[in-house]
Amino acid sequence: MSGKSPSPPMSAALDLQRGRSTVPPASVANARVWALGSTALKIAGLAIFAFLLFGPLANLVLWSVAERWYTPFKLPVSYGLRYWEVVFRPTGDAMSSLATSVIIACLTVVVALAVSIPAGYALARLKLPWRTALMILFLLPQAFPSVAIYINVARVFYSIGLTGTITGVVLVHAAHGLVYSVWIAAAAFAAVDRDLELAARNIGASPLRAFFTVTLPLAAPGIMASAIFVFLESLDEFTGTFFVGVPQVTTLPLLLYNASMGGNYQIASITALILLVPSVLFMIVIERFLKADVLSKVGQ
Amino acid sequence: MAKPSFLGLLLIAPALIMIGALFLYPLGFSLAAAFTEPGGGLSLTHFQKAYELYSTDILFTLFIVVVSTLLTGLFSIVIAGILTLSETPWLIAALRNLYRWPLFIPFIVAAQCMRTFLAKNGLMNNSFVALGLMEPIQTTSFLDWRGIIITFVWKQVPFVTLMLAGAMASIDRATIEAGRNLGASRLRVLVELVLPQVAQTLLVGLVLSFVTMLSVLSVPMMVAGSQPTMLTVDMAFRINSYGDYATANALGVISYFMAGTVAWIYLRHNVKREVQA
Repeated sequence: MSGKSPSPPMSAALDLQRGRSTVPPASVANARVWALGSTALKIAGLAIFAFLLFGPLANLVLWSVAERWYTPFKLPVSYGLRYWEVVFRPTGDAMSSLATSVIIACLTVVVALAVSIPAGYALARLKLPWRTALMILFLLPQAFPSVAIYINVARVFYSIGLTGTITGVVLVHAAHGLVYSVWIAAAAFAAVDRDLELAARNIGASPLRAFFTVTLPLAAPGIMASAIFVFLESLDEFTGTFFVGVPQVTTLPLLLYNASMGGNYQIASITALILLVPSVLFMIVIERFLKADVLSKVGQ
Repeated sequence: MAKPSFLGLLLIAPALIMIGALFLYPLGFSLAAAFTEPGGGLSLTHFQKAYELYSTDILFTLFIVVVSTLLTGLFSIVIAGILTLSETPWLIAALRNLYRWPLFIPFIVAAQCMRTFLAKNGLMNNSFVALGLMEPIQTTSFLDWRGIIITFVWKQVPFVTLMLAGAMASIDRATIEAGRNLGASRLRVLVELVLPQVAQTLLVGLVLSFVTMLSVLSVPMMVAGSQPTMLTVDMAFRINSYGDYATANALGVISYFMAGTVAWIYLRHNVKREVQA
């Protein structure tokens, strides 16, 4: 509170405080030292926190523009964009991995939305037996240590010829993202005002028409958010692709892994930076899509 | 209850089929592979083999995940506590804008960052040397169990803090004011008044983090050397080098067991709470 003209009793209290605090000058100096010390401590703490938070990212950026960097030197010996040019060369591995990653992520979104829009509508609006159990079922793939599941998915896929195919990877990613798409879609439909649907039905719209012209457009921002979640989850997914996609399907995370393990830190760092872009953008725009009324209904 | 909607079941069926085919069926497969012997009968021989070969790694995994979860909890409480109780507006604003950054960063990117940052000649040691805190000869690589823990904590603290700060923001400010007016220090208000009210949220965040850390393959592979390592890496190794599904699945069942224990603690806490309510 910073009132310019405090009410009479309030200003009296303030005067009293001021008067009191000016009486022993030693304690004023003391208090000032205290306040200064505490501010310095806060700034130091914040600086250490920022260093630990951004240090690893700064190291990544440095590696991406380092042309030569070897042991006795604390900073790169020479800087340059040579490796960026290597990565963005149209015929390079990185561009084809980026294309593979984006295609897989888009297909994953299509598959996940195709099954979760109906499922979300059913969970939000229609009567279902064991509704809570069904909701938890979609959470399970996220709640189990996934490596043990993926090695068996890979084994099953191998017997039906799906390993090393885009289809196989898309299916694995979609199943993993289903908890987001189903839960958020259900919350988005639950947040749509039922009266609006009824109004459309009353003036003669068929149930299907009411759904496509009223319910779906109103739930669209929430569904958009779930699509972004699924897209990112697919773009960043490593473990499932590692078991199911090899050796033919190389997504960006796999390229990053191979480059890093091969000691090519420049390529690995640039790939990592490419993967960071959508993540940071998403962090900035998420609040626009996921409104509080939808968020409060997630998981219910 | 009215009879269930047939349309509803029809609409949810594709999603259920997908979970069944891509999660429940492989799960059954993994249990079957772990518990049956080559002849076909039930046996625990694969677990015996897994224990003989990987008992160190089982303990190592448990140690890493438990320590990371505890540290994540501690740091999240500190950050969320400062966000809720601090009386310095600029500190709150700065912290609020800072802490979220690693939230959506993929594990594999975090692993690559740490692989360079924590190395013997990484930016962390170099900064310490440049600041005069350390002689170049004293620098050591953190790329072992410490690196895995640091990466996990770095990645999970924003997530748990986000949940925790949200929960703390929604509790009744009057209880905090009352405690402060009665002369309790901010630390005491945090521990005795605020934490008990958000314990549920903290527990959910930590359980989710625990299971996530148990499932990550990229971080132990990229941040730490080969021995000892985490169970996820051992499973991948068993499959890729020997095609040994039986032992890999036995290790998988051990990791389910760890995740299951934590889920059980969570559920028991929930039941207790509901009984009390």
